[in-house]
Amino acid sequence: MFSYFLKRIVQSVGVMLCVALLSFSLFNFVGDPINNMVGEETSTEERAELRETLGLNDPIHIQFGRFVANAIQFNFGKSYQLRRPVSELIAERMPATLELVIASSILALGFGVLLGVYTGINRTGILSNFILFVSLAGVSLPTFVIGILLIYIFAVILGILPSFGRGEVVQIGFWRTGLLTASGLKALILPSLTLSLFQMTYIIRLVRAEIVEILQTDYIKFARARGISNHSVYFGHALRNSLIPVVTIAGINIGTLVAFSIITETVFQWPGMGFLFIQAVKFVDIPIMSAYLVFIALVFVAINFIVDILYFLIDPRLRTKNENQDG
Amino acid sequence: MAKRTTGIVDRIWDSDIFHSFIHSPTALISSCILVIILLTSFFCEFVAPHDPFTPSSLSLMDAFTPPFWVEDGNTVFLFGTDGQGRDLFSAILYGTRISLIVGFSAILFSVIFGVLLGLTAGYFGGRYETIIMRLADVQLTIPSILMALLIDGVVRGLISRELHDEVAIFVLIFAIGISEWPQFARVARGATLVEKNKDYISAARIIGLPNGIIMFKHILPNILRPILVIGTIGLALAILAESTLSFLGVGVPPTTPSLGTLIRLGNDFLFSGEWWISFFPSFFLVILAFSINLLGDWMRDTLNPKIN
Amino acid sequence: MDFLEITNLNISYLTRRLLVTAVQDVSFSVKKGEILGLVGESGSGKSTIGRAILGLLDEPGKIEGGSIQLENLNLADPATEVSAFRGKRIGLIFQDPQTSLNPVMTVGEQLLETIQTHLQIDAGDARKRAIELLDDVGIIDAKTRFDDYPHQFSGGMRQRVVIALALCADPDILIADEPTTALDVSIQSQILALLQKLRSDRNLAVILITHDMAVISEIADRVVVLKDGRIVEMGSPAAVLGNPSQTYTKRLVSSVPPTDRRIHRFPIMNSDQGSAADQNLKILNRWQLQKNTGASLVRVKSLSKSFSDESFMRIAAKEPVHAVRDVSFEIREGESFGLVGESGSGKSTIAKMIVKLIEPTSGLIFFEQDDITTLEGPTLLAFRRKIQMVFQDPYSSLNGRMKIKNIIAEPILHHNSQLGQMDIDHYVDDLLAAVDLAASSRDRYPHEFSGGQRQRISIARALATQPKLLVCDEPTSALDVSIQAQILNLLKDLQEKLGLTILFISHDLPVVRQMCDRIAVLRDGAVCEIANAERLFDAPTHSYSRHLLNSMPKFQP
Repeated sequence: MFSYFLKRIVQSVGVMLCVALLSFSLFNFVGDPINNMVGEETSTEERAELRETLGLNDPIHIQFGRFVANAIQFNFGKSYQLRRPVSELIAERMPATLELVIASSILALGFGVLLGVYTGINRTGILSNFILFVSLAGVSLPTFVIGILLIYIFAVILGILPSFGRGEVVQIGFWRTGLLTASGLKALILPSLTLSLFQMTYIIRLVRAEIVEILQTDYIKFARARGISNHSVYFGHALRNSLIPVVTIAGINIGTLVAFSIITETVFQWPGMGFLFIQAVKFVDIPIMSAYLVFIALVFVAINFIVDILYFLIDPRLRTKNENQDG
Repeated sequence: MAKRTTGIVDRIWDSDIFHSFIHSPTALISSCILVIILLTSFFCEFVAPHDPFTPSSLSLMDAFTPPFWVEDGNTVFLFGTDGQGRDLFSAILYGTRISLIVGFSAILFSVIFGVLLGLTAGYFGGRYETIIMRLADVQLTIPSILMALLIDGVVRGLISRELHDEVAIFVLIFAIGISEWPQFARVARGATLVEKNKDYISAARIIGLPNGIIMFKHILPNILRPILVIGTIGLALAILAESTLSFLGVGVPPTTPSLGTLIRLGNDFLFSGEWWISFFPSFFLVILAFSINLLGDWMRDTLNPKIN
Repeated sequence: MDFLEITNLNISYLTRRLLVTAVQDVSFSVKKGEILGLVGESGSGKSTIGRAILGLLDEPGKIEGGSIQLENLNLADPATEVSAFRGKRIGLIFQDPQTSLNPVMTVGEQLLETIQTHLQIDAGDARKRAIELLDDVGIIDAKTRFDDYPHQFSGGMRQRVVIALALCADPDILIADEPTTALDVSIQSQILALLQKLRSDRNLAVILITHDMAVISEIADRVVVLKDGRIVEMGSPAAVLGNPSQTYTKRLVSSVPPTDRRIHRFPIMNSDQGSAADQNLKILNRWQLQKNTGASLVRVKSLSKSFSDESFMRIAAKEPVHAVRDVSFEIREGESFGLVGESGSGKSTIAKMIVKLIEPTSGLIFFEQDDITTLEGPTLLAFRRKIQMVFQDPYSSLNGRMKIKNIIAEPILHHNSQLGQMDIDHYVDDLLAAVDLAASSRDRYPHEFSGGQRQRISIARALATQPKLLVCDEPTSALDVSIQAQILNLLKDLQEKLGLTILFISHDLPVVRQMCDRIAVLRDGAVCEIANAERLFDAPTHSYSRHLLNSMPKFQP
């Protein structure tokens, strides 16, 4: 088991290095970093000097090594456009994004699993078919359309919820939270709903498919044949087995939520990292782009790692040794 | 022995898939809608009542005309006009074409690329397989929308602004296509691993057939079903991705707007009461994606491949 | 009145095209303390009856009429709550112990759950009972194994756990649906002995559903023969199987390979299919017949193969599995050489190495004069032409997307690129005729054929290159016994006419006895004994061969 985790750590580091390489290439090869950093009036000598101090004349692998060393300390230099350290910009905006993502994942997972199990068990019911139909519509609604729709209904027509921003925020240490004020919570409702809807429908369909498949297995048939009640069959046998793939997908989905928050943040002008990133793309602000890329990859790798640990807890086949000896 | 079947028409007529198709209202309705959308948008020059992109034909007098059933609306502009007096219905038809072209091309790109890599990885195995699948893993670590944004950012950094508008559509196709390939590679590899262990492949190898023939003549036709299903669902996703990117302002330029661009342009007028400018493009986009998804859902149930 | 009485039972499935009657007018009864065998080929409705008793028919199956009388209750009556009887009065066990148990619950949890569903006893007593049950079905060290997960048990042990689960609430009747089909022969004999013991100890009524005539003849007290959902014959095994009165039963019995002697061909009664031997084999015109000298065609020397996990994604580096260890034998021209063993004995791995599908870890394989590991290019192609294979699973051995004519023409084209289209067409027709298939088969797709017919197509494809050696890997183990007899006859005829050398791989000892001249017995990848077929069956020298022969159910009506 220890060797397994060791292996996973090595793999994660490998993935991170790949992403770092990508990020580094962005930084070095897209446009001239010097041109991006200084104004038009800087002289050639000054440029050369800056190039030397930044180490841009060093061999490429040394530059990469330095990039990685800096990245570990989350030092990605200064934003070309905003002229402030990237780490500062990101740290400032991270709480907004994380609060949004966490609220959305709770919504997506909670309702997703609940409705998925329901529709998986009641395959032919009217309510099930309705949920499935709506969920298919949900997969077809792009996030930004959902956002616009919700804004139009709840902000423009009904006027009960704010259409943009985080509302009032409270500063706790470095963390600026919107969860402690009424207006902050109100402001969170529409964006988190918008962000979660797509993933929720996805999880519903996945859980349902999983439950339906498991209900057709021999061990479920055998459980029924020895008189186990429907309730235990569904919640004791089927649900536990369906958790294994659901955990994987849920993990990937939380990562995807972070990325999709770009759209939600744009629609709701939510002051998070995604909003920062989309501005960076438009102005080719490479340091922010590469830092964001590394951050997202880190989130994914961390989630995958947690998923692996959960696997061990759920699936006994991974925990215990197989001793297939015939007697 | 089953009933004797002769011609290809009989085979299709007799097949369970066809039977299920004509007995499934959702499959029938959604494919009808799709055919209508496909035809009208690809022949939009003939169908559209106006030419929304010739500046000389536009009149600011017509700007912000509401749909015909609303007060002040008229039947000249069925769904009303936008801020420049463009007929929304015509703009939507042109925009749908752009969205469809980008979506189809992107998904075609990722299907070909992904299936090629997945099929060969599954077939040859070993180090090659490991490298391809690790690459797919790394690619999956970067969500598609982020990948597309990054590529767009990189291209912006590399070429001038004017040039960017010209190549924007190709950048978009590449960006969406490249971020979807791991899915197809994974499914193709998984299905190939299953097929590879079947005896007909062993038989082909014992006959002495070369690997290329075994892969493309024997394995490929047998793994197409799951590819078709995720390809259909992927098409809906690609169209949504295109509109999302265009909505974010990094997709196709406003001079040749896609559905997403139209929604973004209309979004600015939402608060001032001109709801139709963003509503109708959104509505068309959702109908398009929904029909494709319904068809994909039916295919998943009917062809019943295990997709994981 | 007997304990369970089934009268005029009718079951049908409504499919898209038609109403399929699965069971028609079936009446029989079971007494306590009796093993009743339901025997029949696929499609006979035997499993359907078993499921119907418990009200567990798969959709869209429906009981159309008749009664299933358990004492004074009619289980076929929709008003009866059959679910209350499941596990309590009637136990059911399935074919495959690998998939019958929930993988994420310990066997203890599954036992406790079942016991407490049916009996009002507290957790401590339930646990005691569960351990007793495990003990009863022969699980050694039941107390500690209680907390193990299913994957920690071997196949045979798992089937014992399944039986313990079915017995949790002391049912009066046990329905066993092919309980030993997925198991090796030595495990099979243990499970059958266990069923017999439980029957006597608990005065249990057992309905044993199986396709295996030998199993029935060994342990059933009474037997019901089914065909196409109807009862053909019923009575004691000695009467029904020893002296059948119905044509179908006679045919069935004559198809069972005898264990005590070798017969030349299986007598096939009322068969509308002619045999290849009677016909003028047109493919003979193309065959370059050579006199078989009895010289060695294949020589295998110290062959070993181990599989190790090379991928670094795997959870932990496992010990390499030694599938084949230091195996040596030779196959002589014109003979049938048998490789026999239980699952995991390495017999299929050896076959795959001989046809060069996988490479050996060490050792040598000579075909004619060539070391086959060194072959490449044209010499490899020439080798491929001379050695072909017939596979076990008729459903996966043909590419479902190709027409029969293209499946058979593919090897012809690949090895004779100069042949014209006409010539190829004729050759395909001749090959189809050689395996007794109508020429009209050529334009159809594999899914239009039955398992036996597909095996014939498979044989035709293998013959297309005019091979010297035909490797048959369990060619009949997926087929019904009457179809098996036809395919075995076909292979014998073709061998005789075409002078083929056959490498025959099987776990089925009676089949091997009928097919092979010399036999190698394998266990855990190593050869135990190589002997002439007659000597092996009459006087095995190795203890494992004796063990296998003793475990083999004998069809002695």
